[in-house]
Amino acid sequence: MTAAAIPAIPGPAESLPNRLWWAVKDIWVLCRRSIARIAREPEQLMDVTIQPVVFVLLFSYVFGSAIHLPGGGSYHQYLISGMFGMAMAGSAPGTAVGLCADMTTGLIDRFRSLPIARSAVLAGRTVSDLITQILGILVIVATGLAIGWRAENSIGDAMLAIGLSVLFAFAMTWVGACGGMLMRNAEAAQAVGFLFFLPLTFCSNAFVPTQGMPTLLRDFANWNPMSAIAAACRTLFGGPNPAATVHAWPMQHPELAVLVWSIALIGIFAPAAVILYKRKVLR
Amino acid sequence: MNSTFAIEATGLRKVFGKTQALAGLDLQVGHGEILGMLGPNGAGKTTTVRVLTTLLRPDAGRAAVAGHDVLAEPGEVRRLIGLTGQYAALDECLTGRANLIMIGQLGRLSHKAARIRAAELLARFDLTGAADRGVKTYSGGMRRRLDLAASLVTRPKVLFLDEPSTGLDPRSRMVTWDAVRALAADGTTVLLTTQHLDEADQLADRIAVVDRGMVIADGTADQLKAKIGGERVVLTVAAEADLATAGRVLAKHADDLQPMTERETRTVQAPVTKAARRLPEIVRDLDAAGVLLDDLSIRHPSLDDVFLTLTGHAAEQADPSEGDQL
Repeated sequence: MTAAAIPAIPGPAESLPNRLWWAVKDIWVLCRRSIARIAREPEQLMDVTIQPVVFVLLFSYVFGSAIHLPGGGSYHQYLISGMFGMAMAGSAPGTAVGLCADMTTGLIDRFRSLPIARSAVLAGRTVSDLITQILGILVIVATGLAIGWRAENSIGDAMLAIGLSVLFAFAMTWVGACGGMLMRNAEAAQAVGFLFFLPLTFCSNAFVPTQGMPTLLRDFANWNPMSAIAAACRTLFGGPNPAATVHAWPMQHPELAVLVWSIALIGIFAPAAVILYKRKVLR
Repeated sequence: MNSTFAIEATGLRKVFGKTQALAGLDLQVGHGEILGMLGPNGAGKTTTVRVLTTLLRPDAGRAAVAGHDVLAEPGEVRRLIGLTGQYAALDECLTGRANLIMIGQLGRLSHKAARIRAAELLARFDLTGAADRGVKTYSGGMRRRLDLAASLVTRPKVLFLDEPSTGLDPRSRMVTWDAVRALAADGTTVLLTTQHLDEADQLADRIAVVDRGMVIADGTADQLKAKIGGERVVLTVAAEADLATAGRVLAKHADDLQPMTERETRTVQAPVTKAARRLPEIVRDLDAAGVLLDDLSIRHPSLDDVFLTLTGHAAEQADPSEGDQL
């Protein structure tokens, strides 16, 4: 019962701009899906709404009362830039958990049986996570303003700080997407995500200056991208930035360091996530 | 497209670890035909569907769906197919309507067209009342109906239904079956997998019996039934002592000389050509031999009989070496 060779009928080849246009549309539809889910279950937003407020208040009034910055200055002013770093990096575990949960449902098969770009499922998620992170930035800014933080430099500098934060958050969502593809279920992704996220956040200048750390830890902290984003925000928002006296290259050029880190992370983790996704779904 | 078959697969092979899911499966489905793939758990039905819908890469073999090679042109294939898997592929957090609109838009309908199509399908599948509720609140049957609606949003040329009535209540099953028949009447090609012989018999134009990763028989329900012989006459005697006599009488009229005797149920049966016409003669001979009957019937072979004859094991029996994973 063997059939004759199957004649392959070439389909109408789509031009590259056309394909890109559809890919952008697909990403947008999937991104809207994630946002519609949030609208139906607003408690999903806790980690970008309530959590930053709690952390800002805890750190500013609990730790802030005991921390004295080298060179002086307000810890509240110092803290908010660190919170930017923490919140942006926090998008990684969020994306990992969300994607991992998606992968365990039959929905992924439905998406894959539709004529959409392979990367759209991942990108739809990272873009929607980015949008919720922007909401998170607004929450931190509002909380900061309430406890006496101010953007002391020009509005342009402040916008640049926020722009760099958004870029960094986007890079971290791709790291999270990769993690989500490697994990078997959402619970595991949650646990492993925080195992990486917490040490990375705390072994940096996000909450305390690195000057007092043991040598090895200090070197790690100075090169940690978390330190770069916090230092960049401190430079651009104005106020105390003890990292300015550290001789490590990222601390001397924090804005550039954030740019390099973000582009490098996206360059590595976005293609890796797509490859892992294809491997995972094709089996 | 201008190819002869809507679905054509040749020599499909797939191995998962030590389990051979597909062992050189060949399949051809004509345009507008409903093909029922019938087989027990682990026979390779779902694996076949996953290969044909571009979700899984075969280790060897070729397949074309709607005129496009599934490996070379998966994008073209996806544009022309619909898939309803064994597990509802829906976003639980969204409403039924939002699910259908999303799928329409991903299937390249405009937002407006997707809205209209969603409303149309919700009405057709008796879901209008629940359209704006979260899928989370749906019953199992409603979910399956929405899932089937979802696979029809883009008006596929070829529709794949993997065990469409598993877990369905009778009402949902009727809605599903009617929908499948209506689609086929409109020219849609349907491939459905099932473990239920009656479902294949009722719905499919043609049945491919699958076992251990291969198609072992292929034909209409009647053709398959013919393979294991025609009608059978079944006698139930009042006294066990008469079994041998009844058997001898029946053997005179039967197609072959050895009627099957079952002591526990006190029955004797044998294939008899034109059974209805010969029945009076059989009864007369039995009466003459002094055999008292409790029951007498003519039985048409079921697909269960087909399956048992073809595979040597019953249809519902799962292969213990493999779970229901694919």
